[in-house]
Amino acid sequence: MPKETLIPIGPFHPLLEEPEFFKFYVEGEKVIDAEVRIGWNHRGIEKLAEGKTYEQDVFLVERICGICSTSHPFAFVQAVEDVSGIEVPERAQYIRTIIGDLERIHSHLLWVGLAGHFIGYNTVFMWAWKYREPVLDVFEAISGNRNHYGMFKVGGVRRDIKETEIPALLKAIDEIEGFCSMLLKAVMDDPVIKARTKGVGVLKKRDALAMGVLGPVARASGVAIDIRKDHPYAAYAKVDFEIIVLQDGDVFSKMAVRLLECIESVKIIRQALKAMPPGPIETEVREVGVGEGIGQHEAPRGEVIHYVRANGSNYPERHKIRAPSFMNVASFKKTVIGESIADAALITAAVDPCYCCTERMAVVDPATDKIILSGEELVRLCQEKTEKLKKFKS
Amino acid sequence: MNVVAEIKERFSDKVEVFEKSAKRVYVTVAKPDAKELVRFLLLERGARFSIASGVDTRPGIEILYHMAFDELGLIVSVRTLVEKPELVMETFTDFMPAADWIEREIHEMLGVNFIGHPHLKRLLLPDDWPEGVYPYRKKTFESEQENPEREYA
Repeated sequence: MPKETLIPIGPFHPLLEEPEFFKFYVEGEKVIDAEVRIGWNHRGIEKLAEGKTYEQDVFLVERICGICSTSHPFAFVQAVEDVSGIEVPERAQYIRTIIGDLERIHSHLLWVGLAGHFIGYNTVFMWAWKYREPVLDVFEAISGNRNHYGMFKVGGVRRDIKETEIPALLKAIDEIEGFCSMLLKAVMDDPVIKARTKGVGVLKKRDALAMGVLGPVARASGVAIDIRKDHPYAAYAKVDFEIIVLQDGDVFSKMAVRLLECIESVKIIRQALKAMPPGPIETEVREVGVGEGIGQHEAPRGEVIHYVRANGSNYPERHKIRAPSFMNVASFKKTVIGESIADAALITAAVDPCYCCTERMAVVDPATDKIILSGEELVRLCQEKTEKLKKFKS
Repeated sequence: MNVVAEIKERFSDKVEVFEKSAKRVYVTVAKPDAKELVRFLLLERGARFSIASGVDTRPGIEILYHMAFDELGLIVSVRTLVEKPELVMETFTDFMPAADWIEREIHEMLGVNFIGHPHLKRLLLPDDWPEGVYPYRKKTFESEQENPEREYA
């Protein structure tokens, strides 16, 4: 009889933006089956939104996620504007674009850092997070906050970017581009990172299409979808940028897509800052009206879609939120089975549910429920593999 | 040929098409024809299943399948009504694996029973959540009568 061991990972974790509970069934070192449960942090925001006004809901949805905090308000205000076709001034469109893409840079850098920490490369972690700081400084200069910017409102944005601030912002953006290019070279050329991530956790294009995965996870598997290009909104149709698509579908490709996207985002922000026309930053919205609206935004992790049904009052009748991880996390079953347990956490982390710290991870013997390996030991296992590779390479 | 025109031609008297704008189209269809329409959009016209949303209304739960056409920048929302009190709907997971999780969510949050779903288990609600309590339902006079003790999350 094969000796099968159950490894539960999760659900709560200081680094997780969304608690998830993974159950891995392993035989020796190989993962043979996997299960997932979500919902530990289900706050019923869709229901809560029905009891708040549209104005309040913008703040409510901003608090869905602490990392991509702009994604949800971005999609939500567009859904409400879609109900009765509210026009947003052009300057506000540009400011929205700038905020949306700055957030992509900081979110991708955060992920690269965590992935580095996880494979035992704390240097990558330190550097990536150090370079994330200037991005947050730019946010602070624009909105007054490092995170949870509170920039969005139905009909426009809350704060303007002053003309006098633009030269300093452009300079900061140039510096960020330098950091990103440097980090890109350092990570892409590292033989150990290559050995740990190349060919690991491959998501095939066929599976990616069937599971409906989104964002960098889909683009690393050769599926060219990007809401910014496909369903142009805000000022994305007026700026020039490329969609990064790679074919391999492994962890390395997912990393490469994210780092290359940071450079594209810098391009978008620079063009938007230069091309921003003068004018008002909001239109007055007297009433939302009756009807339905759908808003989309390409968040750092993929398409966020909000569906709003308005009944003529100041409160939404129904508000449906779909975050990209809802589609992306479901794909892990295709990627993790057959891989070694030392790679499993990295693979689940590669879809970027910010799954990297493993204090809660423990190997349990299903017969006795006794903990055989604790979270720290699993991190050690993962980091030891890198150490072995380092010695082998040198 | 334009997708909307194709839907009108193929499902002529079965559908009611509302073109809200150039990017948003809502198609209302009766429950027995919904599967055929979604399958046509997904497999023959290459749409991407974005998400489904369930809405609690007086006659039943309305389900909208949002199908995105990324080359056209268009979203076609297929709307169908699952009548109360049975709330039975066919599963779409047999041809659309991406619908797996959202059907489980609609099942536990609104109480729609998806016939043929491979594992209609809880995804979001805790294991000790009481049976028959659906947090995303609207509080109505009828539901109060049925179950006066019921607490809403």
